[in-house]
Amino acid sequence: MKIFGYDIPPVFSLLIWISLWEIAGQLQLAFILPPFSAVVVELFELVQRPDFQSAAYQTFESFVIGMTIAIIAGVALGFLMGSNRIANSVLGMWVNIMASAPLSSLVPVLMLLFGLGQLTIIVTVILFSTWIIALDTYAGVHHISPSLREMGRSFGASRFQLLTRVLFWAALPEILAGIRMGLIRAVKGIVIGQLLVSVVALGRLFRTFSDNFQFEEFWALTIALFIFALLFSSAIGWLEHKVEYYAATRN
Amino acid sequence: MSTAAVAQMPDQNASTEDNIVEVRNITKYYGEDIHALDSINLGFPTGQMTTLLGPSGCGKTTLLKIIAGLLETTEGEVLIHGKPVFGPGPERAFVFQDFALLPWATVIENVGFGLELTNKGTKPEREEKAKHYINEVGLGGFEYKYPHELSGGMRQRVGLARALAVNAEVLLMDEPFSAVDEQTRRKFQEDLLYLLANEKKSVIFVTHSIEEAVYVSDQIVLLSPRPGRIHSIIRPEISRDSTPDEIRRDKRYLDTVEEIWTNLRKYLD
Ligand SMILES: Nc1ncnc2c1ncn2[C@@H]1O[C@H](COP(=O)(O)OP(=O)(O)OP(=O)(O)O)[C@@H](O)[C@H]1O
Ligand SMILES: [Mg+2]
Repeated sequence: MKIFGYDIPPVFSLLIWISLWEIAGQLQLAFILPPFSAVVVELFELVQRPDFQSAAYQTFESFVIGMTIAIIAGVALGFLMGSNRIANSVLGMWVNIMASAPLSSLVPVLMLLFGLGQLTIIVTVILFSTWIIALDTYAGVHHISPSLREMGRSFGASRFQLLTRVLFWAALPEILAGIRMGLIRAVKGIVIGQLLVSVVALGRLFRTFSDNFQFEEFWALTIALFIFALLFSSAIGWLEHKVEYYAATRN
Repeated sequence: MSTAAVAQMPDQNASTEDNIVEVRNITKYYGEDIHALDSINLGFPTGQMTTLLGPSGCGKTTLLKIIAGLLETTEGEVLIHGKPVFGPGPERAFVFQDFALLPWATVIENVGFGLELTNKGTKPEREEKAKHYINEVGLGGFEYKYPHELSGGMRQRVGLARALAVNAEVLLMDEPFSAVDEQTRRKFQEDLLYLLANEKKSVIFVTHSIEEAVYVSDQIVLLSPRPGRIHSIIRPEISRDSTPDEIRRDKRYLDTVEEIWTNLRKYLD
């Protein structure tokens, strides 16, 4: 961010926004905007509430299940596309379409199909993240140097060994990048989905808070969700950093 | 007039008893119309170093990969110890031009990779063996470094140690020194000759460099391009007893280099 031509460090600009929020809240400019300090206080209370904890746990659990399935399916799809020309021409187009489709509009349909339980969250996560994981995996497999494959074959690797001992590791940096992107999309999908659906897990809390004009609680919940997403994506970022040194050594 | 022995008829040296590798009538097309190799007949004597030499695009890499079992022939066959082979096998090990090391694995893991794939011995035994060959190629102390921490020359030594560790009888090397600098290259050539004398390997070596070919080879196969054919086979017959510098000043060495250069220059237009 720039103000009068000066670069403002991100933390600083965040502080400015928070101060503006606090001032607006204290002045009671809009009733949906309570002071930031009140929201923070509420955040600490919220995380201790059993209904928050069980809703958060439910959402988290569905999220982990969905991501696991999406990673397995996405990586498998990517490898299939990367190692088989026919598979690539058949699947490639669909994966690309799905990766760029406006999936948010599908969430209400999912709700109709899968009901109002955890299943809907799981399917949302899978639907939002699988395709980008598949695309990145494909890019990773596609860029593996031919001599690395030949090396594996000439030293007697079976097809399975070639896949698990050479190709998987060679594509790992791209796979992790795909997983991080998939994760971010899945969080977006859940946030949008839960706001839209508003009946399951955290979504129900959102609904309750906004219906009852509990805006401190409402914002606290939003912040909790963002912190959760940030932590998740920085965990993957850390993993990515660990494998970066060898990604950089490839050409 | 050269003092090197020249066998003009390629077939003469094929199908002898002491050839560890033979190729018979190999023709290779890429797709419909790229004719890379045309009826190649060649024998590679056991325990010797044979070099494939020729201008760019004459099919050296293609022939080497066919022998390695990495490429299929359009026609013809590859024999090891007189038996036809299809695909790679434990009696052959490849040293790659771009090293082909696993960037996520340490030197010792890279060197032991071939052993690990074929599950030879227990883990400590494999590590012992890998360590032995790491020392052999002069990389002792670098066991736990990663490839990106090594120079080009050192990386190729890892590639060589990996090929030696699986104890294959035949080493296949595709321009192994082209990615390293000239000094390293000379040192490497000397070390290679020394190692091979100890390890009793048969080597098939691809290079662009006439000097390198004459310096390291027992037998040089000159290939001519479009399609790749055998132009002639030259046996430099340089005594390996002298020092490297003596060899490089030897009259026989210089004459052979000159003769090959005369043969090859007409393809350079
Ligand atoms: N995968 C491929 N598909 C199509 N044509 C190929 C392929 N690989 C090689 N060729 C062609 O086959 C011919 C022989 O190639 P090859 O790589 O064996 O030559 P080379 O002697 O190793 O050349 P260089 O000295 O440049 O390495 C060349 O004309 C090349 O363009
Ligand atoms: Mg080549």
